[in-house]
Amino acid sequence: MPASVATQRATPAALAASGLTKRYAERVALREVSFSAAPGELVAVIGPNGAGKTTLLSILAGIQRPDAGEVTRPPREIGWVPQQPAVYSKLSVAENLRLFARLEKVADVEAVVARMLEQTGLAERADDELGKLSGGNRQRVNIAIGLLAEPPVLLLDEPSSSLDPRQRARLWEFIGGQTARGTAVIFSTHDVQEAERYADRVLVLADGELLFAGTARELAATVQPAGGEAAGPQDFETAFVRFLHGRGH
Amino acid sequence: MRWLLLKDLRILRRSPLLVALLVIYPIAIALLIGFALSRGPGKPAIAIYNEIPASQRSFEVAGSRLNASEYLPALLRSVDVVRAASRADARRLVRDGKVLGAVILPPDITQKLATGREQPTIEVLYNGEDAVKQRYVASVIRARMAEANLALSHRFQQATVGYLRLLLEGGTLTILGREVNILGLENAHAITAGAIAALPLRSPLRTSLAPVAQFGRIAIENLGVSRDVLKSVGQPVRVRQVIVGGKRTPLDTFAAAISVTVSLMFLTLLLAAGLLALEREEHAFSRLVRGLVSRVGLLIEKISLAALCAFGVTLLMLLTLGGLFIELDWSRFPQWLLALALGAVAFAALGVAIGGLAREVRAASLLAFLLSLPIVFLALVPSGAVSDGLYDVVQVVSACFPFKATLQALDAALNGGGGLAAPLAHLALLAVAYTALARLAVGRRFG
Repeated sequence: MPASVATQRATPAALAASGLTKRYAERVALREVSFSAAPGELVAVIGPNGAGKTTLLSILAGIQRPDAGEVTRPPREIGWVPQQPAVYSKLSVAENLRLFARLEKVADVEAVVARMLEQTGLAERADDELGKLSGGNRQRVNIAIGLLAEPPVLLLDEPSSSLDPRQRARLWEFIGGQTARGTAVIFSTHDVQEAERYADRVLVLADGELLFAGTARELAATVQPAGGEAAGPQDFETAFVRFLHGRGH
Repeated sequence: MRWLLLKDLRILRRSPLLVALLVIYPIAIALLIGFALSRGPGKPAIAIYNEIPASQRSFEVAGSRLNASEYLPALLRSVDVVRAASRADARRLVRDGKVLGAVILPPDITQKLATGREQPTIEVLYNGEDAVKQRYVASVIRARMAEANLALSHRFQQATVGYLRLLLEGGTLTILGREVNILGLENAHAITAGAIAALPLRSPLRTSLAPVAQFGRIAIENLGVSRDVLKSVGQPVRVRQVIVGGKRTPLDTFAAAISVTVSLMFLTLLLAAGLLALEREEHAFSRLVRGLVSRVGLLIEKISLAALCAFGVTLLMLLTLGGLFIELDWSRFPQWLLALALGAVAFAALGVAIGGLAREVRAASLLAFLLSLPIVFLALVPSGAVSDGLYDVVQVVSACFPFKATLQALDAALNGGGGLAAPLAHLALLAVAYTALARLAVGRRFG
């Protein structure tokens, strides 16, 4: 475990969830999921399709109510960035930011909008309609809206799924800046390499069950073949697939 | 909510094509419906070929000269007349579709009318290309022929009554330029009675003349009545129109009420459904309702904006109609506002219910459009057009949607007849019900 993460874990959690359960009729989408995230920590939620990643994040964001369990922070204190950019394509970048800043009731709307334009690097395109921006730039505005109220926790649902490698790198640079300011970031992703590269910890969900919570290295260690180094190195994706197979998924 | 309203207005302002379509389309449909209801089909073209020789167009009935041409205007009202040069020309005009029908007046018509012994026949040629107009032309010609026949019948009746009077009271009759004295039944009876009185009491002639005197008396009594009988034959049944219940709504005002209600419905439904569906299409819905604005607040914002826009457009439409085309009672202006406002709110509530069920603007618009037309048709089904049971079902279904109640409210507001309170209460109830339905629809599982 990296020292920085160990230090963060000693501090009070920015967000904690305990016993989260969600059912859709007979199907259990989440089964007693509990975890916490420290301030400045970057947590990845990974798992196969239908594992319950989006359900978990939407419950944390307050969009859905759990059938059981609780989250320590109310939705207003959590920034939410949905998978698809939740912005108005007929409004400009600045108008989108201004609208959501007003709805978030931030104290100085214009100052916050100016700061987010600077952070996203979109100051020069502030007056451009969202619909005319690239997918990467739209996603930057999408994330900026989630950060307008300077929440201590930011949730991102598959933030890089529609981005090219260059846009992806800029996204993680931006998110890294947020964690450096002490924001706890929890994101879901299908890209396990991305989780390994950027996340301090990973949560592995499968069929609504939390199978693992720890660092990527710890996850890989759980599936280290007998004989250790003799069996040769394995990438994280292989380790993740083996881990799931080992748990019957 | 204020910021959301401003945001939606800004989005609408940046979608001029959409706004133009939203405004122009319902108004165009409403005007078409209004015209269709307030007017019959346009004047169809009818060819006329008059075979009556110019010298024979007037004829004499009982000493009065009549002109066949004076009955043509009655026959040709409601149609555009094309004069044909010949019978073949009339037939060609019909066959080529230049006219929908041709009326041919035969050469012997005046002769037959003058003698009264044989009924003259007018020939009508139809073009079967357009079934609706053909039916209209046939109906117009039948109606006009009935009027012309009635006018002629009235002239014949006058002549007959004159003959009867002459027969009864006596007088002079011109035959072939010579005046002939007619004694008349009353005079004949008086002479017979006088002759009988002058005869000795036991005279056999008195016995012979008695039946003649009796016949004269009976004939006088019955011919006196026959004048009234003849009038009845000319028009056996008179019509007295009485409106029971409801109100006397002028057709053009009612057509205006329908036009405005149709516009209000289309505009409000499409706008409310589209605005709510747009929040989902832009994926902003989940972001908004997780604490920034409540679901009910979001619905109220959409209802308010859609109702306000539609209210403004339809009020302008009503003012234009009232100012330029039809006569409206301006003293009832506050009632117009109430009817329009409640109707707009009820339609907007239905719109957000549709928008809540659909996740895309296109799906919401299509759903709103598909729902609108049957609502209008059902609301306009008149009693007696379908069976009693089906009519009850139609009434119940219509009551579930705001169209009929809005039409009733607007009709009451414009014309002053009927109560305004009941349809307004109905609309308020529908607005609450559809808002509740919309709340259920937007509360469904996210994603």
